[in-house]
Amino acid sequence: MSKTIKLREIFLAFFKINAFTFGGGYTIVPVIRDEFMKKRGLIDEEEMLSLVALAQSGPGAMAISTSLLTGYRLRGWQGALTALLASILPCLLIISVIFYFYEAFSTNFWVKSALLGMGGVISAVLMLTVYDMGKAALKKNKYFSLTLMVGAFVASFFFQVHTILIIVTLALLGLGTFSFFDEGQVK
Amino acid sequence: MILLELYWVFLQIGAFAFGGGYAVLPLIQRFVVDGRGWLTMREMTDLVSISQMTPGPIAINSATFVGTKVAGLPGAIVATLGNVTPQFILMMILAFFIFRDQKIGFLEKMLKGLKPGIVGLIAIAAISMFQSSLFEGAVALENLSIVSVVAFVIGFTLKLTKRFDLIKLIVLGAFIGIAGNLMILWIG
Repeated sequence: MSKTIKLREIFLAFFKINAFTFGGGYTIVPVIRDEFMKKRGLIDEEEMLSLVALAQSGPGAMAISTSLLTGYRLRGWQGALTALLASILPCLLIISVIFYFYEAFSTNFWVKSALLGMGGVISAVLMLTVYDMGKAALKKNKYFSLTLMVGAFVASFFFQVHTILIIVTLALLGLGTFSFFDEGQVK
Repeated sequence: MILLELYWVFLQIGAFAFGGGYAVLPLIQRFVVDGRGWLTMREMTDLVSISQMTPGPIAINSATFVGTKVAGLPGAIVATLGNVTPQFILMMILAFFIFRDQKIGFLEKMLKGLKPGIVGLIAIAAISMFQSSLFEGAVALENLSIVSVVAFVIGFTLKLTKRFDLIKLIVLGAFIGIAGNLMILWIG
């Protein structure tokens, strides 16, 4: 790659991207593509795809992983660290200010009423999102996926098994099953 | 020491939040609400609502919010850094390999188990949030908040039609809440 980019520019670009991209998750990908692929021509389509695939397969917020991987691609570990810090800084600033407003005004009539209505809406959104996620997760290996879904629910809801223990078990079951069987063999 | 505890709690949350934005909710509920009592379920619901209207992922917003609540600005910084530490380390290691064209099939296999299971866990967080936002106190008919039921039903219906984006829905929820409570005041 002949073109280079300064760490300061990486910082500013990611600060801007993360300060103005609402919604989290996948919404940030087209913005990063625009900035570093189309506008600056620093990354090609192929690389962008593998960055996103990698970000999706790891833990933590995908927007943050995509940002730090892009930084890594541009300037190695220094670029990654720069992109990471620039990505979390807007949240730190905005949410810590919001926190003080929340503490001061959450018992105020207007704010309390607004939060009450917002809570109702977000519960509805979350229920429907869980339904959509469930449907998507059952598209492949239906019986295997359904067993894990119900199993995780029952283990946590009825038996209060520790969340981390459940997550580790799920990962091992996935790893074990698909190491021994091909995708098509698992019902 | 409280800062160290914040760092450690959010490091664990960051390390195990696989499978998208809402995957962090069961972990926040487990560690922050049930485990340490740093947030109430009601505050967690408010935090998720606020997160939809501000930039940044829910995971980072939660870390900053809880960190600030527990130990001010240093707490916010420590919790947020704790939350991103695992993914930073893991992504650096994987990037080192993948940019040398090596396959990382083991992660994909793990995800095939994680993705469906996580849905089951998020469902529990969704139920808890449903309870805390529709009932003031214990789950009983006399504790049911009419205003949030109306907001829930309208939000549910509009989300099903898929014609409104999330931010607009949440803002609408805020208006429903204010209008509803004003009406209750007015009536009696």
